[in-house]
Amino acid sequence: MRFTTRLLTTAVIASAFAAPAMAEGTLDKIKESGVIVLGHRDASIPFSYLADGPNPIGYSHDLQLKVVEAVKKQLKLPNLQVKYNLVTSQTRIPLVQNGTVDLECGSTTNNLERQKQVAFSVGIFEIGTRLMTAKTSGVKDFPDLKGKNVVTTAGTTSERLLKAMNAEKQMGMNIISAKDHGESFLMLESGRAIAFMMDDALLYGEMAKAKNPANWVVTGKPQSFEIYGCMLRKDDPAFKKVVDDAIKATFKSGEVNKIYSKWFMSPVPPKGLNLSFPMSDEFKELVAKPTDKSAEQM
Amino acid sequence: MNYNWDWNVFFKSTGIGSEIYLDWFVSGLGWTIAVALVAWIVALGVGSVLGVMRTLPNKLLSGVATAYVELFRNVPLLVQLFIWYFMVPDYLPESAQVWFKQELNPATSAYISVVVCLALFTAARVCEQVRTGIQALPKGQSAAALAVGFTLPQMYRHVLLPQAFRIIIPPLTSEFLNIFKNSSVASLIGLMELLAQTKQTAEFTANMFEAFTLATLIYFVLNMSLMTFMSWVEKKVRIPGMMGGAK
Repeated sequence: MRFTTRLLTTAVIASAFAAPAMAEGTLDKIKESGVIVLGHRDASIPFSYLADGPNPIGYSHDLQLKVVEAVKKQLKLPNLQVKYNLVTSQTRIPLVQNGTVDLECGSTTNNLERQKQVAFSVGIFEIGTRLMTAKTSGVKDFPDLKGKNVVTTAGTTSERLLKAMNAEKQMGMNIISAKDHGESFLMLESGRAIAFMMDDALLYGEMAKAKNPANWVVTGKPQSFEIYGCMLRKDDPAFKKVVDDAIKATFKSGEVNKIYSKWFMSPVPPKGLNLSFPMSDEFKELVAKPTDKSAEQM
Repeated sequence: MNYNWDWNVFFKSTGIGSEIYLDWFVSGLGWTIAVALVAWIVALGVGSVLGVMRTLPNKLLSGVATAYVELFRNVPLLVQLFIWYFMVPDYLPESAQVWFKQELNPATSAYISVVVCLALFTAARVCEQVRTGIQALPKGQSAAALAVGFTLPQMYRHVLLPQAFRIIIPPLTSEFLNIFKNSSVASLIGLMELLAQTKQTAEFTANMFEAFTLATLIYFVLNMSLMTFMSWVEKKVRIPGMMGGAK
C-alpha cells in the first residue's frame, strides 16, 4: 500500500514536466520582457567559453551577438537587455524548450534526434571528427588504435562512432568516456589514453590550453562531418527567420571571415595561443550555401 | 513546454552492434551494484574496526580513528574521487604507474579507484554508527563483563558488539542505501554505471526526460528492495525482550 502511494507520487511529479506548451513566440516574449536570454558554454574553446570576466566569449558567441543586434533592429528595442545563462551538454535542450534560454550558440551539433526537440539555425560551423595524440605516439590514423586505450567525451558523436568502429572492425580498443573535453584531455595528457577522438576544432582548442602545445598533433581521416547550429524553440518561424537572416548576412558580407580569423587564426584567451586552424573546404561550402539541415541530411 | 515524449526510445537501436538503449541501462545497473556492494563490504569491515578503536581506552588508537573520521568526512566525496583517480596513481612507483594507467583496462582502473574511494569514505560514516552503537549501551554492561573476568577482546566480541550492531541496523541501512546513490560519482571518471549510461542515452536520443525517469525508477526500486531486505534482516536477528523486540 505504502509502496503504491509512493509510486503514484512519483508518477504525478513526472507528469508535471509535461506542462502546457508556450503559446507565444520568442519575439513576443523578448518584446514584453525587454530581455533576451543567451545560452552559452563554459569550456567549448574557441566557440563559447569563459576566460576572463563574467561574460562568455568565442566564435559562436560573436555570431550570437549578431543575432541580438538583428533582434534589436527588428523589435526597435535599442536598449534590449542581454542575460546570460550557462548551459551544459545535458541542460541545453531542456532549457531552450522550457523557455529559460531563448538562443543557444555553442558547439551544438545539428542532428535528427535533436531536431525532434528543438529547431536549429542555419549552420554556423562544420567540423570533422579526428584524433589528437602525442607527436611521439606513432599513431597516424584510426587503424593504429587497435588494442589501445582511446578517450572521447561522453555523449558525443565521436563516442558513438568510436564504439561502433570498435564493434564492427573488432579493434579491441578500450574506450574511456570522460565527462567533458577538459577531462578527456587530462586522460590523454596523463597517459591513460594514447589518443583523444573529438571534433577537430575542439581538439585544437584543447591543444591551445595544454601545458606544452607543441607536443600534440591532430591527425587521422575525419570519421564524420558535423554542422554546428544555434538552438531555438521549435515551431517559431518568426524568431527563426531573424536568427537565420542575421547569420546569413554575416556569411554573405564576408564578416564571418573576420570573426573566423579572430578565433581560429589569431591568439585567443586564456593563454594567448593561436589555434592555427584554417577554414576547411566543408565549412567554406556551408558559408556559400547556408543550410539548417544536419550533415546526415545533406 | 513543447517536449517530444517518446517512451519507445529504450527499445531503439543504439547504432552500435545490435544493442538497444535498454541494454545500456541493464549494464549500467550491473556496474552500480558491483561498485556499491564491494565498496560496502570493505566499508563495513574497515568502519567496524575504526568504530571499536574510537571506544578503546587507548588514547593513540582512538586518536587515529578520530583523525580518520574527520579527514574522510570533511572532504567532499567528489574531491576524494579525483584524488584517488588522478593524483594517487602519480605517486606510485614507475612500473605500477604504467600498469595502472596503461596496461589495466580503463574500466578496471576506474572501478578500483571508485571502490577504494567509496569504501574509505563510507567507512568513516560506518565508524561513527558503530561508535554510537557501543556508547549507547549502558556502562554497566562493560563493567559487568570486565568484573566476570572477560578480557577486552572478549568483552567486545561477546557483550558489546552483538548488541551494538543490532541497535545500529536502521542507520546502517541508510548508509547502505547511500553507497548505492553515491556510486553515481563513478560516472565522472568514465565508469559506465547507471547514471553514466543514463546521461549517454539522454545525449544520444535527445530524450532526456525519458532517460532520467527510467534511471529514477531503477534507483527507487533498487533502494526499496534493499530497504525491505534490511528490515527483514533486522527482524531476523532481533532478540526477544530487547530493544524494539516487544513490538
